[in-house]
Amino acid sequence: MIIFIFYLLIIGAGTGGELCVSRAMKELGEVKDFRPAALVGVIIRALRVPWMWAGLSLMATAFFSLLAVLSRQNVSLVVPVTALSYGAGALGGKFLLGEQVTSRRWAGVLMVCIGVAVVLMGRGN
Amino acid sequence: MNFSPSLHFKTYLLIFVMVIFGPLGNVLLGRGMKRIGAVGVATPPEALNFLSRILTSGTIWLGIGSLAIFFLANMLVLSWADYSYVQPASSVAYGMSALLAHFLLHEVITPMRWMGVLLICLGVLVVGHTPPRTTGPG
Repeated sequence: MIIFIFYLLIIGAGTGGELCVSRAMKELGEVKDFRPAALVGVIIRALRVPWMWAGLSLMATAFFSLLAVLSRQNVSLVVPVTALSYGAGALGGKFLLGEQVTSRRWAGVLMVCIGVAVVLMGRGN
Repeated sequence: MNFSPSLHFKTYLLIFVMVIFGPLGNVLLGRGMKRIGAVGVATPPEALNFLSRILTSGTIWLGIGSLAIFFLANMLVLSWADYSYVQPASSVAYGMSALLAHFLLHEVITPMRWMGVLLICLGVLVVGHTPPRTTGPG
């Protein structure tokens, strides 16, 4: 049961965190200068966006949940299961960020989800 | 047309960085956490014990470093590309994680599990043929 809660946190908080980070970075605009000093500037500006802090908090929650699960189960099981966040990500991208998720993208996301189901069925240890 | 060849190049380059460092980070965390073992986190003292064991593990810190590089690349690419594009496109990392888990951690991966990982990667290829940005810049 506790494992199930940790997986929910990895998928839910992880996806929510990435959506918040995505929103924060869109507010910042496209990064065009990749020199180290400029990248430090980008990070400092990103940290002034409230959405970034919301994202980092959620991602930290997901991170510690991931550590807890990894102490109990194999990487080759845990990592594919977390791919279920793809469905949540596509939904969040569409409904929270206003992205146009095409039918082809939905097909790809569906394949990813089927792949996760097959990984779970192939649990041999 | 709202994306150029250079935008595609930058996108692919950063996704490549994500595909290498994300799985490496996960495998290092997996190795570190296996050494620590299953620890209860139900009470505050248990949670503190869990945290202190994590923060004193070199392997975990290496994993955190790898994931920090992954996160930076992820953050940069999200400044111009759609989240619903980047997230599935970077899922090649799932195949990479399985390979690293097999060869570095010697985990047993059944043929069916490999098939599932392959399906995940095929899903990525489908998503990869969609434009990186569907919303206006800024």
